[in-house]
Amino acid sequence: MSYPPVINRPEKLTSVETPKKDALGRPIRVACVTCHSLRPDAPLPQSAGELREFHEGLRFTHGTLTCASCHVPGRVDQLSMADGRTIEMLDVIELCSQCHGQKRRAFDRGAHGGMMGYWDSSRGPKLRHNCVDCHDPHTPAFAGGQPVLRPNDRGLRQGGGH
Amino acid sequence: MDPKRRVTLKVLGATLGAGAFARALAPIWDWGKEQSLDEFLQKHYQELSKADLEQILRRLEAKTEKEYGKKVSIRDVRPQEGVEFGYALNLSVCIGCRRCAEACHIENNHDRSTNNSYIRVLEMKQGSLDLEHGNADYDHAVPAEGKFYLPVQCQQCDNAPCVDVCPVQATWKESDGIVVVDYNWCIGCRYCEAACPYHARRFNWKKPEIPADEVNPDQAYLSNRIRPQGVVEKCTFCLHRTREGKLPACLEACPTGARVFGNLLDPDSDIRWVLENKRVFILKEELGTRPRFFYFFDG
Ligand code: HEC
Ligand code: HEC
Ligand code: HEC
Ligand code: HEC
Repeated sequence: MSYPPVINRPEKLTSVETPKKDALGRPIRVACVTCHSLRPDAPLPQSAGELREFHEGLRFTHGTLTCASCHVPGRVDQLSMADGRTIEMLDVIELCSQCHGQKRRAFDRGAHGGMMGYWDSSRGPKLRHNCVDCHDPHTPAFAGGQPVLRPNDRGLRQGGGH
Repeated sequence: MDPKRRVTLKVLGATLGAGAFARALAPIWDWGKEQSLDEFLQKHYQELSKADLEQILRRLEAKTEKEYGKKVSIRDVRPQEGVEFGYALNLSVCIGCRRCAEACHIENNHDRSTNNSYIRVLEMKQGSLDLEHGNADYDHAVPAEGKFYLPVQCQQCDNAPCVDVCPVQATWKESDGIVVVDYNWCIGCRYCEAACPYHARRFNWKKPEIPADEVNPDQAYLSNRIRPQGVVEKCTFCLHRTREGKLPACLEACPTGARVFGNLLDPDSDIRWVLENKRVFILKEELGTRPRFFYFFDG
């Protein structure tokens, strides 16, 4: 018995968060298709700045790509591959991989993208993060931040410690 | 235990031949008022029968519950047949966020007030790999311009200087490559801490303080059970997780995916792929310690 790796498919691929909360305090999400089924013929914008009704504020810096490099006009649950095929939005990792093949190969060998779960596939699966868990497809550069858990042990910091 | 005694031991050990001397007398030093008779009489982990060990584990569980107010389970987890662990870290993606150190802190029941962790993340000047010049105490947004980050934990050396210097054999290397400590046998002389070229061992200056609701109850005798005051401790590659097929806590917590872990004996493992396809290196190679922890740069 060998458990295949499981790739995360984050909620943001199919829905957006609203400011409303459910009984457990979790934000209520609306499916993309809820709105987009009402605007099936909308053309893709030329730039992020054209989004004014709902998605305003979206930033875009991803090489020289255009919206059409990835999105399919009128189909918010699909993505567009370089060879003209469309794939499910949920399979976004295949989209990224066609331009970032080297990273994908490293990803498949656990050397890019990290994981959780089991190293031993006879006991349980590797739980893989999705490319878009770490890289926003519109601004894919990985963001840093403030570090956690500053050391406080003896000898490290003068006058610090116990 | 009283630290003065440890100093005495160190001095005597140096003149009399640490090994024989300390082995003969270790149980006497261990006879402190904090210890029960059972603990005093306890044999070395490697000589314990299954039944003895069972009893010790139950006793330690009861003691932890009494002192920390949390029900815990302490298991004896043995190495797996056909498994030798290796770990690799991609320094090109590490951003120095210290999430790994934090995960270790929580997983391994470290003292809260000291922010103790088996992982020290060193902020390094680009172009240098000199551990002694790394700064572990940085406190600004990361990654900082012109710096890279070098997380250092026990390198699980095959030729481990820390094991060689222990006067009482309280620390040894197991068949899966993990260097462990029997905290009930350790006399706290700290030779091992001094011998480790990677500064990977820690000494418990005080009894660890952990609020009951923060104690990780999933514990093992040789890894993350709450250590007594006055003994040395170190990273065990989370053996209570990894010997059961799971990934180490520090790897799961890494938000950049810089860490790769697995079985060196399995040619299809992730770790073998990294060793065979990336230009990996080890720290302080010139010392001949033969670490099982590897680093690489791959942007
Ligand atoms: C609350 C309604 C609503 C939801 C939910 C919603 N959108 Fe939109 N979307 C719009 C509107 C209105 C526009 C028109 C452009 C604008 O934002 O002004 C738009 C525009 C777009 C565009 C530009 C192309 C076009 O059709 O105009 C894309 C691509 C898009 N949305 C993707 C998504 C995705 C993917 C989701 C789910 C993750 C989503 N949307 C969820 C309302 C919505
Ligand atoms: C590299 C592929 C790619 C490109 C290029 C791209 N998108 Fe997206 N877009 C996605 C994916 C994948 C999602 C799904 C949600 C996510 O991962 O953030 C998405 C979601 C969206 C959403 C809805 C959810 C949100 O993030 O608010 C909008 C609106 C959107 N894209 C608009 C655009 C516009 C406008 C452009 C061109 C300026 C564009 N996208 C270019 C891949 C892309
Ligand atoms: C059509 C080709 C194409 C697709 C599809 C694509 N990318 Fe890119 N990506 C590029 C190009 C071109 C660059 C810019 C490279 C450069 O600047 O050197 C880039 C840059 C990046 C970078 C580096 C950003 C930086 O500033 O450091 C990341 C990360 C990235 N892409 C992730 C993704 C992810 C994740 C996806 C899938 C959602 C994706 N890409 C889909 C072509 C693509
Ligand atoms: C666990 C988080 C994580 C996941 C998942 C992840 N990456 Fe990355 N990726 C990073 C980090 C961190 C970097 C290095 C920082 C940077 O250059 O932005 C990086 C760098 C990159 C780069 C830029 C390399 C360069 O030379 O600048 C690309 C392209 C990329 N990743 C693509 C992908 C693709 C494609 C996937 C999915 C198959 C993926 N990543 C999954 C964290 C991740």
